[in-house]
Amino acid sequence: MVSFILKRLLQVIPVFIGTTLFVYYMVFALPGDPIAALFGDRQPPQAVIDTLRTQYHLDEPFWVQYGLFLQNLFTFNLGNDFTGQPIAASLARAFPVTAMLATEALLIQAVFGIAFGVFAGLRRGGWFDSTVLVVSLVVIAVPTFVLGFVLQLVFGVQLGWAKPTVGANADWGSLLLPAIVLGLVSFAYVLRLTRASVSESMNADYVRTATAKGLSRPRVVVAHILRNSLIPVVTYLGANLGGLMGGAIVTEGIFNVPGVGNKLYQAILRTEGPTIVSIVSVLVLIFVVANLLVDLLYAWLDPRIRYDQ
Amino acid sequence: MRFTRTSKALGMVAIAALALTGCGAGGGSNDGASQSAGDPNKVITAYNSEPQNPLLPANTNETNGGRVVELLFEGLRAYDPDGKPVNALAESIESPDAQNWTIKLKQGQKFTNGEAITAKTFVDTWNFAANSKNLQNNGFFFESIDGYADVSAVTTEKSADGKTTTTPAPTAETMSGLKATDDSTLTVKLVQPEADWSLRLGYSAFYPLPSAALADPKAFGENPVGNGPYKFEKTGAWVHDQSISLVKNADYSGPRAAKNGGVTFKFYTDPSPAYTDIQADNLDITDVLPSNATKTFATDFPDRNASKAVATNGTLNIPGYNVNFQGEAGKLRRQALSHAINREEITKVVFNGTRTPAKGFAPPVIDGFKENIPGSEVLKFDAAKAKDLWAQAEKIQPYDNSKPLQIASNTDGGHKEWIDAVANGFKNNLGIQAEIQPFAKFAEVLNLRKSQSLPGLTRAGWQGDYPSLYNFLGPVWATGASSNYEKYSNPEFDKLLQEGLAAKSTTEANDKFNKAQEILFTDLPGLPLWDYAKPIVWSNNVVKAETGWNGGVLYYNITAK
Repeated sequence: MVSFILKRLLQVIPVFIGTTLFVYYMVFALPGDPIAALFGDRQPPQAVIDTLRTQYHLDEPFWVQYGLFLQNLFTFNLGNDFTGQPIAASLARAFPVTAMLATEALLIQAVFGIAFGVFAGLRRGGWFDSTVLVVSLVVIAVPTFVLGFVLQLVFGVQLGWAKPTVGANADWGSLLLPAIVLGLVSFAYVLRLTRASVSESMNADYVRTATAKGLSRPRVVVAHILRNSLIPVVTYLGANLGGLMGGAIVTEGIFNVPGVGNKLYQAILRTEGPTIVSIVSVLVLIFVVANLLVDLLYAWLDPRIRYDQ
Repeated sequence: MRFTRTSKALGMVAIAALALTGCGAGGGSNDGASQSAGDPNKVITAYNSEPQNPLLPANTNETNGGRVVELLFEGLRAYDPDGKPVNALAESIESPDAQNWTIKLKQGQKFTNGEAITAKTFVDTWNFAANSKNLQNNGFFFESIDGYADVSAVTTEKSADGKTTTTPAPTAETMSGLKATDDSTLTVKLVQPEADWSLRLGYSAFYPLPSAALADPKAFGENPVGNGPYKFEKTGAWVHDQSISLVKNADYSGPRAAKNGGVTFKFYTDPSPAYTDIQADNLDITDVLPSNATKTFATDFPDRNASKAVATNGTLNIPGYNVNFQGEAGKLRRQALSHAINREEITKVVFNGTRTPAKGFAPPVIDGFKENIPGSEVLKFDAAKAKDLWAQAEKIQPYDNSKPLQIASNTDGGHKEWIDAVANGFKNNLGIQAEIQPFAKFAEVLNLRKSQSLPGLTRAGWQGDYPSLYNFLGPVWATGASSNYEKYSNPEFDKLLQEGLAAKSTTEANDKFNKAQEILFTDLPGLPLWDYAKPIVWSNNVVKAETGWNGGVLYYNITAK
C-alpha cells in the first residue's frame, strides 16, 4: 500500500516537468509583446517598457526563462504577475473559491447522479427511467454557456431567487447557481453510468444469492448492487474533479466568479507565462492526487483489488 | 488616456453602442422629483476591473485605475461635464506669455491624512513623476516644463545581438522650471510657450501626492491617501481581483462634491455579467457594455440609459511605406479610399447610429473644433468621385492589385463587421481587392505597427487625455510623436502645431491647429472614420447617471434612490 502510494507520487515528477515545459513553451511561442500589450495606443516611456522586460526576463531565451520559473517554484516564490501582484497571493485568493465551486458541483453531480441512476437502473424501462434518460440526454446536448445564461436569466434576473453573479465574498450560497451549471453536464453522465452499472449487477449471481438469503431489499441495493456498481462512477468523478477545478473558465466567466478559471483566462490574454504555468502546476497536482484517491477507493469498493503484488 | 486591452477588445463596440439618436430615449422626465428624494448617504456600486498598477495618478494610464484615481484625487483644475476646465485647488492660473506660468493655490487644502497641500507638494510630486528613475507611465506629461530633459534622461545601450535597452539615468533630481516661491505660489517655466498648457492641469498625471507616496510609492498605491471627493473606506479597501470601496470625503470642498455616500467598484473580467447584474439591480452603473448589447440596451433599459458624444475617434491609417500609396498617385488613391467609405451608412447600420461620421481629425466635443475645414469634403461618400480619382492615379502609376488591400485589426473587439463594410466599399466603388487582416490580439497588431511591417491599412483609435485640440493632433501626427506609429512626418504640419502652442490665446492657438488639420486633409496619413458616443446603463437603485467629456462616468453626480 505505502509503496504503491510512493510509486504513484514519484510519477508526478515526469508528468509535472512535461506539462509545465509544454505549457510554458506554448505561452512563449505566442506572438505579440506582452509588455507592449499592457499599454494601448498610449505607450509609456521606453525606459518603463525596458525595465519591465528585464524584470520579467522576457529578453532571455526560452530555456533561461523556464529555468528561472522552476527555480522560483522550488524556492516557493512564484514571482510577480505583470501588474506587480505576487502570483502566489493571487492564486491563494483564487483557488479556495474554485475549490468551493468544484466541491459543490461534485456533490451535486455525485448525490443526484447516483441517486437518480440507482432508481432508474432498478426499474429499467419504467416511466422514471425513460424520463430521466431523455432529460439527461437534453442536458448533455445543451452547451454549458447556454445553460449558464438561461439559468442566470431565469433565476437571477426574472425570478430574483439568486444573485445573478458571484463577485466578491463568494460563499456556498452565492456559488450554488454556478455549481449547478457546472455540475449539470457531469450529473447526466454520472446518472447514465450508474444506471447502466446498476442494471447490470442486478442480474449478478451475488445479488441473487443475497436476495435468496433473505436479506432486506434496501440492504441488497446498498451493500451489494450499489457498492459493486460504483467503480466506473468513482473513476469518472475522480477524473472530473480536475476538470472542475481547471475547466470552469466558461462558468466562472458567466457568473463573474473570481476563481482559477477567470485568473487563467486573464493570464492567457496577457500572455503571462509564469501565472499560467503556476496555475497549471497546481492543477496537475490536483489531477494526480484525485486519481490516486480514486485508485485507493477501488480497494474499499471491491476488496478483491490489491495494491501490493 | 489609452484604452486598456480589455476595453479595447470589448469596449470599442460598447463605446459605440447607442448613439446620439438614443439620447432622447434616455433622460428621465421625473429627474427633478426623484433627485430631491435621493439618499445622499447611500453607497452606489459600479463596474470596474482590477487596476493594472498601484493607484498612483502619474502611473495610471489605463481606464480601470483611472476610474478610481480620478475620485481619490483633485488637481489644480477639474473638468466640468462638458470638458470645460474649472479651477479646483488653484485660485488662479496666469501667464503673460504662455511660457511663464504663475499658479496661486487655495489656502487650507489638505489630504485626508491631514497633510497640507502647498506649492511645494506640487513641486515634489511633479519632480517625482517626471523622474525617469521612478518609471511613471505618465512621466512624459511633464515634458513641457523646463528641466524635464534632465530629470527624465535615459541611456540607451545596444547589446551585441542588436537589442537596445533603455535605462533611466537622470542628470538632475528637480526640474529647473518648477518652483514654489511661497506656500501658495507655484511658478512654472515651460521650454517654449504653450497656450493650451493649463488645459491639461485637470488630467490625473498632475494630481498632488502626499509625502508618504514619494517615500514608498508601491505601498502607497495599495492604500492611497488623496484629496478628492472620495477616500478609501479603510486600509485594505482594495481587495485584489474583487473590489475597491470608496466613501465620501467629508472634508472635500472642490467642484466635484459627492452626491452619494460612496462608490464600491466591483471587479468584472467581462462586461456581460455586469450587464446582467444591472438587470437584476445587483450593480448600479456600468460604462462598458457587452458587444452584443449594442442593439438591445436601449430597450433593455428604457429610461435607464444615456449616450453622450465623447472625445474619442477612430481612424484608418495609411502607412507611408506602402508603395501603392506614395507620390502623387498615392495622394489621389488616399482621397479615393476616403470617398469610397460610406461613413453615414456604416455608423447607422453597423453601429446602430452610435457613432457619428467624422468631420475632422478631432471630435466635435473638443473646444476649438471647426466644421468644414478646407479639405474635409474628402470625408464625404462619393462613389463617382472615388472612381474618378482612382482612374487618375492609375494613369500616373498602375496599382498592384495582385494582392488584396489588407486592413489590419484585432478581431476580438467587434471590429470585423465594420472593417468588412469598409472593405466592401473599396471593392465595389474602386474595383480593388480588399479584406481584413485579422489578429487574435491587439498586442500583435501594435507590435507590427511599431515595426512598420503591416502590408496594408491599420486601424487606430484615440481617446483624448485632456480636452484640447492639440491632444488629438500632436501625439498622433507630429513627427516622432509617441503614438505616431506609421511615422507620418510633414515639417509644415509640425510648424503650425508649434505656432499654435506658442499662441497667446486659446482661440489663436485653435486657429493654428485647425490650419494644421488642413495639411492633414491634404496628406491624408489616415482617414478619419467616426467619433464615438459612450453608452451607459444604470439600475433602479439610482436616479440617473451621466458621462463626462472623455466618456468617464461622473460617479460623484449619481444619487441613490
